[in-house]
Amino acid sequence: MAKKKSSTKNNKKKSAAIGKTGILSPGKKAPDFSLHSTPDQTVSLSEFHGRPVILAFYPADWSPVCTDQMSLYNQILPEFQKFNAEIFGISVDGTWSHVAFSKDRNLKFPLLADFEPKGKVSALYGAYSNKSGESERALFVIDKNGMVSWSYLSPDGVNPGADGILDALEKLYPEKKEHSAAGVPS
Amino acid sequence: MSEHVPRLKLSVGERDHIQGPADAKVTLLEYGDYQCPYCGEAYGIIKKVQEKFQDDLRFVFRNFPLTEIHQYAGTGAEIAESAGAHGKFWEMHDFLYEHQSHLSNPGFFLDYAEKNLGLNAKLMNEEISSHVYVQRIREDFMSGVRSGVNGTPTFFINDLRHNGDYQFETLVTAIEQALKPAPVAPVTKIKKTKKVRAKK
Repeated sequence: MAKKKSSTKNNKKKSAAIGKTGILSPGKKAPDFSLHSTPDQTVSLSEFHGRPVILAFYPADWSPVCTDQMSLYNQILPEFQKFNAEIFGISVDGTWSHVAFSKDRNLKFPLLADFEPKGKVSALYGAYSNKSGESERALFVIDKNGMVSWSYLSPDGVNPGADGILDALEKLYPEKKEHSAAGVPS
Repeated sequence: MSEHVPRLKLSVGERDHIQGPADAKVTLLEYGDYQCPYCGEAYGIIKKVQEKFQDDLRFVFRNFPLTEIHQYAGTGAEIAESAGAHGKFWEMHDFLYEHQSHLSNPGFFLDYAEKNLGLNAKLMNEEISSHVYVQRIREDFMSGVRSGVNGTPTFFINDLRHNGDYQFETLVTAIEQALKPAPVAPVTKIKKTKKVRAKK
């Protein structure tokens, strides 16, 4: 019981920084982190200061459908690159799972392992589900100054797609809009 | 943060491949990939759905080839579009979904085009080799991305993304819902001084 009380206290503290849905809301500083992308490589958010960053938290590798969220982002990677944006997938799976999953899906962007301590970074962004023990399906667009400019928590079991990310990037960098596939694409 | 409701960003128009009357009560639009096994499964279901609703339903197909995971999906779309440019889109669309296992061999489909659809296979081959329809396929694809397509197949019913599965019963229920006339909101007067709060 004592443990429960203290977690409620922590949640109250957190609620000052996170929005109604529980995830970190726009206008907040994106917490820095350092996570493994491969067994011997780590990625820190601060390395990408000066560029927009997309964080896509997702529940687990090996989704049972062939066209999962990560495959979709992989397919439209050139659209993100038009904004010089870097995208990272983040789940609580370990690096070996990520390596195998990336290879299987031919992913060309890094998947980060929020594995130890489990879900720590997901929780920092308000995107960790204590119930399932997995990251929630939450998206963040971080501007070049390291501030959250857009965030979205997808309902259970719904793949959020990429329209919200592209809309947010266009809003941030309207000058890039004409060079990207805005609206009806070229 | 408001709830995100994915809505079709590129309206159905002259550029589209459409089955069914223009004044149908409901439009079912699919973003699909010719190599995707789930789209192959949905193909037969759509036929049954069309049969059930007849002229109340029009069906639109747009390309959403996930070429990073389906290496023949792009060619499949090009074959369909080439046949479409010569007036035989739906015939080729059906044949592609009925023969997905042959997608690695475009000649199989070009033979069919020539022998069964009366098309010029040599011309089609030239068009496919020079990627004449890639731009159009890309337009389809990006219109899907911007509309919230999140995998294949993704369906839209009257411009709203269908978040349910694509089983016959699910699609029928969703279409029947769309067929119902929109309820007329009762006119109620709300006193400005009173705050209306939703009960928890």
